[in-house]
Amino acid sequence: MMCVSVSANEMEKGKGVLGSRKWAVEFTDNSSTRDILDPPGFTRASPDQDDSSLTRQKKDAEANWKSQKAWEVAQAPFKNLMMMGFMMWMAGNTVHLFSIGITFSALWQPLSALQGVGKVFEPYKDNKVDLLAPKLLYIALNLGGMLLGVWKLNSLGLLPTHASDWVSSLSPAHEVEFSGGGAALY
Amino acid sequence: MAMAIKLSLILLLCLSSLLAPSFSLFEDQVGLMDWHQRYIGKVKHAVFHTQKAGRKRVLVSTEENVIASLDLRRGEIFWRHVLGPNDVVDKIDIALGKYVITLSSEGSILRAWNLPDGQMVWESFLSGSKYSKALLTVPSNLKVDLDSPIFVYSGGCLHAISSIDGEYLWKKDFAIESSVDVHQLILSGGSDVVHAVGVTDSSQFDTYEIDVKNGGLLKHTSASFPGGVYGEILPVSGDRFVVLDASRSVVLLITVNNGATHLQQTHVSDLIHGSSENTVILPSKLSGIFSLRTDSCIVFVKVTDEGKLNVMEKVDKTVVVSDALALSEGEQAFALVQQGDSKIELSVRLVHDMSSNHLKETVKMDHERGFVHKIFINNYVRTDRSHGFRALIVMEDHSLLLLQQGEIVWTRDDGLASVIDVTTSELPVEKIGVSVAKVEHSLFEWLKGHMLKLKGTLMLATPDEVAAIQQIRLQSSQKNKMTRDHNGFRKLLILLTRAGKLYALHTGNGRVVWSTLLQSLRTTSQQQCAGLKLRQWQVPHHHALDNNPSVLVVGRCGLSLTSPSALSIVDAYTGKELQNLGPAEHSTVQVITLPFRDSTEQQLHLLIDADKRAHLYPTTPEAASIFQRESENVYWYSVESEAGILRGYGVKKTHSSEYSFEARNLWSIVFPAESEKIIATVTRKPNEVVHTQAKVIADEDVMYKYISKNMVFVATVSPKASGPIGSATPDESVLVVYLIDTVTGRILHRMTHLGSQGPVHAVLSENWVVYHYFNLRAHRYEMSVIEIYDQSRAENKDVLKLIVGKHNLTTPVSSYSRPEVTTKSQSYFFTHSVKAISVSSTAKGITSKHLLIGTIGDQVLALDKRFVDPRRSLNPTQAEKEEGLLPLTDALPIIPQSYVTHAFKVEGLRGIETIPAKLESTSLVFAYGVDLFYTRIAPSKTYDSLTEDFNYALLLLTIVALVIAIFVTWVLSERKDLQDKWR
Repeated sequence: MMCVSVSANEMEKGKGVLGSRKWAVEFTDNSSTRDILDPPGFTRASPDQDDSSLTRQKKDAEANWKSQKAWEVAQAPFKNLMMMGFMMWMAGNTVHLFSIGITFSALWQPLSALQGVGKVFEPYKDNKVDLLAPKLLYIALNLGGMLLGVWKLNSLGLLPTHASDWVSSLSPAHEVEFSGGGAALY
Repeated sequence: MAMAIKLSLILLLCLSSLLAPSFSLFEDQVGLMDWHQRYIGKVKHAVFHTQKAGRKRVLVSTEENVIASLDLRRGEIFWRHVLGPNDVVDKIDIALGKYVITLSSEGSILRAWNLPDGQMVWESFLSGSKYSKALLTVPSNLKVDLDSPIFVYSGGCLHAISSIDGEYLWKKDFAIESSVDVHQLILSGGSDVVHAVGVTDSSQFDTYEIDVKNGGLLKHTSASFPGGVYGEILPVSGDRFVVLDASRSVVLLITVNNGATHLQQTHVSDLIHGSSENTVILPSKLSGIFSLRTDSCIVFVKVTDEGKLNVMEKVDKTVVVSDALALSEGEQAFALVQQGDSKIELSVRLVHDMSSNHLKETVKMDHERGFVHKIFINNYVRTDRSHGFRALIVMEDHSLLLLQQGEIVWTRDDGLASVIDVTTSELPVEKIGVSVAKVEHSLFEWLKGHMLKLKGTLMLATPDEVAAIQQIRLQSSQKNKMTRDHNGFRKLLILLTRAGKLYALHTGNGRVVWSTLLQSLRTTSQQQCAGLKLRQWQVPHHHALDNNPSVLVVGRCGLSLTSPSALSIVDAYTGKELQNLGPAEHSTVQVITLPFRDSTEQQLHLLIDADKRAHLYPTTPEAASIFQRESENVYWYSVESEAGILRGYGVKKTHSSEYSFEARNLWSIVFPAESEKIIATVTRKPNEVVHTQAKVIADEDVMYKYISKNMVFVATVSPKASGPIGSATPDESVLVVYLIDTVTGRILHRMTHLGSQGPVHAVLSENWVVYHYFNLRAHRYEMSVIEIYDQSRAENKDVLKLIVGKHNLTTPVSSYSRPEVTTKSQSYFFTHSVKAISVSSTAKGITSKHLLIGTIGDQVLALDKRFVDPRRSLNPTQAEKEEGLLPLTDALPIIPQSYVTHAFKVEGLRGIETIPAKLESTSLVFAYGVDLFYTRIAPSKTYDSLTEDFNYALLLLTIVALVIAIFVTWVLSERKDLQDKWR
């Protein structure tokens, strides 16, 4: 009894991660009932044992690989961060189109990345893999990126952190008294 | 990316243009938004110059001290000179047929100007020993040693001056021998003798005969009459003179005959039967005839050869008589003008034949021009060899008209040369519902205009088309419409002139929309009336949109401060006098516009009279109740410059009547008379809008401005230094400036400039004052700035508190809370002396300010306020540089491109008025003096609008091209996709 299961999900998700594997045929059938006798000359016991140890090994390898990949993904924003920092330094501290564009992209990228944390780590979901640590690193790095953006915003002087930002368009206070007059008209 | 680069480039361009301090304009932009009008003022004397060949012209001198040569055909100015305000023109004449001779400054300056082009040929200063009236006689055909002398009597001396080069020929001082007051200089034709006729101690009649060659006295006769004389001696013929006696009831006929003087008295009542009050002899010189004016009539009296006085004719007292004009056959003619209802009657008579009119013409006259004040006549020879006459008449509103053959040839509105006060009015809102044809037509015109402009931009236009483009730009019908525009550029400028006439000028091209001679301000024989102030009375906004806006004119009927005032309210759209409240029972010395309005949007006004009582207008119960409610917080102050006292007043609870209130004196500031004399006081413009109370300085720090409308700037100098520059040494001249709160009388700031003196010109705006004075030690003019900041608000710097609103910045301020203030000040040298200073004003007060300085050259210079910032330092830090603070220099720069008047001069500049447009970036500037000039300025560039010459056609074309390109590329890409799929 053979069962060919091509996981569509895997097909999509695994595209990048698993490389060329598009489908898999599973020859091991654990669920099959023993109604039908084995063909003559086929001993189930020994290969069974071999098989199970093989799959375990394989699964371990995959889990290792997944966790390794997850760490890699988690560290990816760091490069971004460096890149961003360099661009910010290049843009300078005067308000013009480039510096504003870079600063806002520096703010927006971490934000969108944080929104999609679950999706980024979904391919590496495995009950054997602990994804919490990479996720935390990922979030921390993105937050770092955002802080960099905010810092840049502040250094551009676009954050209302000074008293002047709150009073600069405060209209003059009403005067209670009115006085007029002057020299006599000739 | 390319787009981003482009955008950033544009942004950079904008920024760099913001930093550039000047805002010059191109040659072809002149006249787009500015206009300039040239005037001369009310004509005093006129001399015709009508030779057969060449241009016919009339030379005039005016009450604005202008000498001008006018084209007799069209009334245009050939040339014009505006003499200084103290250089009053006494006499004007023509010498040698090519020089215009003027005598000015009480007869102390004699100048000759070249007749064709107005260049000065020579100038002579005449010194005299005492003050006397100035007389000028230019003999037409007298030759003394190849020279034609000019005789001038001034300062008690008779001078003979060469008309060729202005050299002194001789001088005869009358003051040495006696205190004679010469009234007339007479040169009988052909003789070599000048007759000087005068009066000594108003009781002795003297005639002197003086040799024209050397000034030697040939003969002196005198005769005394104990009664004394009134007015001037008038020559009737070569040896006969008439004068009134001191009681003005007797006419003295003086006959000089072979050294004997014979006096003959005739009672005025014998000549004029009936009332003969206020008799005067009119100065018109008619041979053998003199004219007497009384309260009831004018009589012409002929002096017969036997010395008898015969009344020839009696005419109405409003008749104006011209001087006699010598006609070719030796006979004389003169003109009479009789005032009718909306017409005038001009009649010319021959002196020897008074019985009939030589010429009689009736001319229709706009009754807004008032009465005829003066008439000058000139004759020409018609083709049938008979005499034709042209008459130059000066009207009550100071306008000048030329009449010829019963028609007005030209008119000049020269009343506009003496503007007293200016205000503005919005134009009516445009009515909705325009005809389709009009829209189509204007759309076609619009497209055509823009296609032409496009051609111009792409350099495809022919010279003719370039001219057409310029024409379209200059005569844009948009700017001259009689409706309100979106940007608030179209307004009515309402001008009050010295003649008591109100003019409304359109800001688009400066044309007169309407003009009204105010009945309440007309000078009558009983009283002399003059306008004082012009204020906005009703400005309909929300409640009373159906009403037309109106203005209040305050005047005074009489010469003293206690004279009754005249008030009238005039519709700003039509010029109709809506209400004539005068003459009111009270006098007016101050007009205060209160910041309150009633339900019909009428502005409440307080008129302070000479007895320090306040009178409320409008006199309605509603206004009274509004004022009663607010009266506790209404104060006023008076500046008594002579006494050196500032006094503050409040309203007394008890009031004499419903609309008049007693004042209670609250405070006085007495300046020590021996050391300080008030020379200037300046307040903030009452309608100025301030956007913010905070000033953000370098490093995001904030300072709070002390913004109070109740602040007055007072400048005093030591009494010794109150004269002209140079009259005091630096050690004895001290200039002290004060900033004073006018509610409490508290001196907010006092500063002393040692070795400086006036004249002080100042402008106060927001929290700063800029003033201009003379530094005697440096021998240069200086400009100083004082900025005043509120220290009691300075602690408001905690961001958190500001966020949650825990601050005292919006609480109403009272002057009685005595806020602590600090000031910053700085001084700079300034090259020019100044006639007026003003500051640009915008609708919301966001745009940065420009100082508008009226220079001595009668131009208006715009100076960025950043140049007079007391925080300027020699080496500004990076943060300060970013803030826009300029490095300190000792002198203020004068950038030639920043003259807002560009090539024009506003001759006799007296004032600069700024009016905010609706567009925040733009301020309207109106400068007035003898000339009028109007323009728009944008101190921070027009950041909120596209320029007028923005090419919409090019933009449209670009958009269309882009849309086409999109479609083409879309089709192409579809096709390519299809091919790819079939591959």
